[in-house]
Order: sequence, then structure tokens, then C-alpha cells
Amino acid sequence: MGQSIEEINKEKLVEIKKKEHFKKLLEEKNNEKYNLIDFLHEVQNIYGHLSRDIQITIAEEMGLPLSQIHSVVSFYSLFTTTPKGKYTIEVCMGTACYVRGSKDILDKLSKELDIEPGQTTEDKKFTLEGTRCIGACGMAPVVVINGDVYGRIDVDDLPEILAKYE
Amino acid sequence: MGTTEILVCGGTSCNSSGGPKIYKNLLMYIEEYDLRKKTRVIQPGCFGFCEQGPIVVIYPNGSKEGVFYCQLKEEDAQRIVKEHLVDGKVIEDFLYVDPKTGEKIAKHEDMDFYKYQQRIALRNCGTIDPLSIEDYRYRGGYKALNKVLKEMSSEDVINEVKRSKLRGRGGGGFPTGVKWEITSKVDGESKYVICNADEGDPGAFMDRSILEGDPHSVIEGMVIGAYAIGAQKGYIYARAEYPLAIDRTEAALEDARREGVLGKNILGSGFNFDLEIRIGAGAFVCGEETALITSVEGYRGDPQPKPPYPAQGGLYGKPTLINNVETLANIPIIINEGGKWYSKIGTKDSTGTKVFALAGDINNTGLIEVPMGTTLRDVVFNLGGGIPKGKEFKAAQTGGPSGGCLTEEDLDITLEYDSLLDADSMMGSGGLIILDEDSCMVDVSRFYLDFTQDEACGKCAPGRIGTKRMLEILNKITEGKGDVADLGVLKELAENIKKTALCGLCKSAPNPVLSTIERFEDEYLAHVKEKKCPTGVCEGLSKWIIEPDECRACGVCEPVCPVDAISGQRGEVYKIDPEICIDCGVCAKKCPFDAIHKA
Repeated sequence: MGQSIEEINKEKLVEIKKKEHFKKLLEEKNNEKYNLIDFLHEVQNIYGHLSRDIQITIAEEMGLPLSQIHSVVSFYSLFTTTPKGKYTIEVCMGTACYVRGSKDILDKLSKELDIEPGQTTEDKKFTLEGTRCIGACGMAPVVVINGDVYGRIDVDDLPEILAKYE
Repeated sequence: MGTTEILVCGGTSCNSSGGPKIYKNLLMYIEEYDLRKKTRVIQPGCFGFCEQGPIVVIYPNGSKEGVFYCQLKEEDAQRIVKEHLVDGKVIEDFLYVDPKTGEKIAKHEDMDFYKYQQRIALRNCGTIDPLSIEDYRYRGGYKALNKVLKEMSSEDVINEVKRSKLRGRGGGGFPTGVKWEITSKVDGESKYVICNADEGDPGAFMDRSILEGDPHSVIEGMVIGAYAIGAQKGYIYARAEYPLAIDRTEAALEDARREGVLGKNILGSGFNFDLEIRIGAGAFVCGEETALITSVEGYRGDPQPKPPYPAQGGLYGKPTLINNVETLANIPIIINEGGKWYSKIGTKDSTGTKVFALAGDINNTGLIEVPMGTTLRDVVFNLGGGIPKGKEFKAAQTGGPSGGCLTEEDLDITLEYDSLLDADSMMGSGGLIILDEDSCMVDVSRFYLDFTQDEACGKCAPGRIGTKRMLEILNKITEGKGDVADLGVLKELAENIKKTALCGLCKSAPNPVLSTIERFEDEYLAHVKEKKCPTGVCEGLSKWIIEPDECRACGVCEPVCPVDAISGQRGEVYKIDPEICIDCGVCAKKCPFDAIHKA
């Protein structure tokens, strides 16, 4: 709704680029020894997720059973099968952050964005996640938004931080 | 005349609190004041004192006495350049203030946080540019490798490491030299060396800091290990959560190959060894060595029964040596200074130093390295600066999800492998989470079990089902639905899981629960008998109250309560009757003054 033709074309172009990139990657890997986990990281970098369709394509092109690919994708928490929002908010749930109140922060964000951890807002803007220790314990509690680390934050800081992401 | 070195901490902590902007601004003003030829600005790895970040240390004209500026802001760069570099003045405003005396301290050697440290594994962290192999060389790097390849046989190397009595820093504490010897004696055309950099223990970040601040020390340690056991190929298995560590290690590997200390015919000795990085994808169990091996092979990280041990049948079924980052970082020094020298540091059975990550409710959070045998009291109150806001020390959690809690009575315990085991805890990778009086120990044990339960791979029944049942009981207790019999069931389950789980992860998963039941039984009893959380942390056990000081008696809450639990008069303070309250929280949402909360 409300999308101009330019915007639709732009989106299509992005999709075509992703597809080309993916195809090139599959060809490359078919010609060399590869590591499945590294490979899946690379594909996820293109699409942002590893949907069932993507997994099927990999299985067919690489001659692997789908079960093997799915076993790896479902085992590791950094692989996701659903598309993520434009911004991923990760609230560190490591021990140091936890004892300094990261649960309150996760709860507040969950309330504010009206989604549970692991979900994405309807407008596809934010994905909320409780993440494993990122090792910045000196800055606890820590929130990471698309790679930007915010340390020593308080629940009251959240609206100001979120406002930066439009 | 030398150049002035300006070190801007480039660790993850300082990077997230504005370090890179200070670095950029410093470069800009140095250019503006035309000082480029007289200064060198570098971004070394973590200084360790994360609490005080971002940190800048300035060493004037080759002097070893640096001035330590902390808690800087990006705009402070101009004053540093103008006042310190141009006018030659020490800027009092940016100095560290000793919280005990209130005095300003310029040299980090004089601060309690650094004074008691002995930095061996962290020797180069915060002093060299991690991206410069020349810096590493200047500080004696790759000297040990040269000595090993030119003067020592593989037995000599193993004996030197055995003499040091170095024990694995990843958790178990197995003697490193013995591990090397066993792996070297297994016949095999191809062998592997793996560096375990999958630092999954929440609250530990020493391996990340070493890779970020001194990647060459780990690479050198690995090449020496490979020579000792006869391996030609190795892997560094790093967590995907550590992008900066991965980038710097990647860069260091390239430099090492270019300089001939890695790859074919290393330093002209005819010895070949090359390394690759493998990146994990988020699975705590992959820190367990057999699971790590399956993950390096590209599969899901399922642990395997032992034997065979990795030394016999590891990666691709070949003999494999797995060492942790911190262990490997100690190797070059042991070769250079001798195993005997190293064995004299620390205690008889735990030699050398150990890096601890101090976090939680403590004034000086950060990374410290102290000789083994330092007391917990020294670490918490001298290096750590005690508990913030004048609160009481309650417990120190060591060993992460596999460890246990130490209490005030244990403060004089010496931090070494065996004494920690005797206290029902463990060294683990060196995470030290300090908890103050406001922490609920039942909640802490629930937190750890929630973690291991979520991370359990599901392969064995005790790990998959047993930890789940334990977590359900703990959830019940923290929600106020537990009874005394639950504690007995919890203990029984815990003992059974310890005996029957497949790998170390779930074998040790019940430890935090057992240790807290043992040491804080009163708190568990308060939860199950009185249905009270003494610290008010467990929300299920706390009640909604209207704070009398904050209540403006507007009367908004009274009509919204669905069970008429709120009474009062406009103009007076309102009250909630806890006997009637059904815990719906509607009143708190409606209160315009945020005067209603749980307590």
C-alpha cells in the first residue's frame, strides 16, 4: 500500500541482486571444499535468514540431504528461518547484564514494541532478541542494535535510543 | 628523542562508550597542531579497566611512565592534544580518582586495580597495536618460536611445558604438558591443533580480550604446540558473537604468513603449519571439546562419548590437540623464560597466573590477571574496589553455569583449581560474578539452569529431560508455588544428572543449584515455606504496593481495580489489600504518577 513504482522496482532490483549473489556463491562452493556452517553464514548474510525454500535450494544445488542442512540451521541459535526486521535489538542476557537488570530492559522493550523476544514488529522495523553474553560485561547492562553497542543503560534511556532508528 | 605514544583503548567495552570517536578526534587535532611527526596514536586491545572506559594512556618520548586518562568524552580529545601534548601539562580533570582516598592518580601502576596484578597472558593487551606484527616482535614476540624451531626437539618443548606445570585455562585444569605428550605419542600422519575460542561462559571475556589485544601470542602458542605434537594444520574456533576478535585474528594470520612464522617452511626450518578460523553460530555446548570438533567439521555441535579422547580420535578421526586461548597465550613466555620460572609463580598445584573477569555488583569491573592463590577477598576488595553504593557483599559466582557460589565465609579462599573444587565451585574459565545483598540466590540458580537448559543439545536424556524438570521446579519456587518437598526432588535430580549426563555441559549443569541450596538454604526455605523472596527479586512472590510518598491520592486506581482491593479517600493516600489483590497490575498501568509497583 502506498508504494510508488520506483520503490517497487527498487525492491525487485534488490531481490534480483540477492538471487545473483546466491547463485554465484553456490557455484563457487560447488567447485571447492567448503564448510557448511561458514557457507550458511554467507547465505544468511545475503538474505538475512535461511527460509525453508533457501535450505531446499542449497540441498539441491550442493547435493546434500535437506535434513543435514536443517539439522545445522535449527541447532545454532544465530541461524534464523524467518526474516528479521530492519533493526535487530539484542539485549544481552549474560550473567553480568542479568544481575544489573537486563531482564527489566527486555521486558520494557517487549512492552514498548508490543512483541515477544524472538519476534518482529508488524512494520518489519524491529526484531527483539535476548542474546547470549557478548562479553562486554564491564558495560552491563548492554543492548546491541544492528551492531551498535549501548552500555550501562537504564530502562529510561530506551525511548531516546530507539528514536535514533527510523 | 622518541615519539610520544598515545594509546586509545580499542577493546569492545571502550569501543562502545565512544573510544573510536576519541581516536578520530585525537588524530584530527594532532594534525591541526602539526604534531603528526612527534606522535603515534594506536588502538591497542583491552586495558582491562572497563569500568573507567574510555581510556587513553600517553607515554611521553619513549618513557615507560604513562599518564592514564579515563572516562573520557569525545570532545576531550582537543584538551588532551592542546594541554597535554602542546603545553606538556597533565590534565587533572581526566585522572583516575582513588575511591578510597579521593586522590587523583596519574600512573596506572599506582592504582589498586593494577598494583596487585601480574600480567603474563595479558602481557601485551593494552600495550601494543594488535594489528602490528612489528609491535609484537618488539616485545619479544616470535622469539620463542624461533628458539623452538632452531634449538629444541619436540620432546624438549613438551618437557619445558610440563616443567611449568601449566594447567588448562578453559575450565578443567588438565595439565597442558601432559596433554601435549599424549597427543604427540599417538601415531598418525596427520594431526590437528585447535584453539578453543568459543568462550560461552556468560560473564567471562578474557579470551575475547586476548584475541582482540594480542592475537599473535595465541598464534605463536599454536605453532609451538603443533611443532611439539607434529601437526600441520590447525583451527581457531571462535564465537560469532566476537566479530572484532575474529577480524583482528584474521589480520594477524595474514601478517604471520607474510612474515614466514606461519605456513610452509616456517622460519626456514622445514616445518609446515597453517591455521584457519572457524566461526561458530551460537551454541554453548560447542565449548565442550568433542562438540567443538563436530562443529569445526561443519555439523551440528553434538558432543560425543569419550573415549576416544580427541588426542586419539579427534577432528576427522585424527589425533587432535585442543587448548584454550589463555593457555596458548602463556606458551611463548614459558619457552622464553623457562618452565621452572613459570612454576614458581602461583601455588604448588596451580602455577602461574589466572585472568579473571570481574563483573556484576562490583566497583571495578574489568579484566584482571593475578597469581594463582590470590584470595577472593583481595580480588573483590583490593583490585575490585568493593561493592558499589556501600552495599554488602553476598556471593561470588565462579565457573559460570558449571560452577558455584562462594559466600562471605569463603572470602579468604585462595583462587586456585583445587581449593575452588573443595568449596563446591570451580575455576572454569575465570568468570567472577559478584553479587550484592540485593541478589536473590534462588533466582541466580534459576538463571543459570535456564541457560544450560536452553543450551543443552538434547542428545542425552539427563541433559534433555532432567535439566528441564529441574528448571520447572525452580520456576515453581520463584513463582511462590513450591513446597519443601521440591528441594529434595531438586537435589535428587541434580545428583542423578551429574552422574549420568553425556558431556561436561550437563554433568555440571546442576552445580549452581546444588551450591546455592547448600550455602543459602534459608533463602530457598523462605521461598517455599513463607512464600517470600527476601530480596524482592522474584516477581511472582512480590506484592503490588502503593508508595505512600509518591501517591498523590488522585483516586484513579480505585475504580479500575476489578476486585476492589484498593481503598482510600481522595486527598489521602490509597492502599492495596494484598489478601484481595489478584496481581493483575491494571492499577500500576493506570497510575499517572508511577506510584504503584511491586515490592
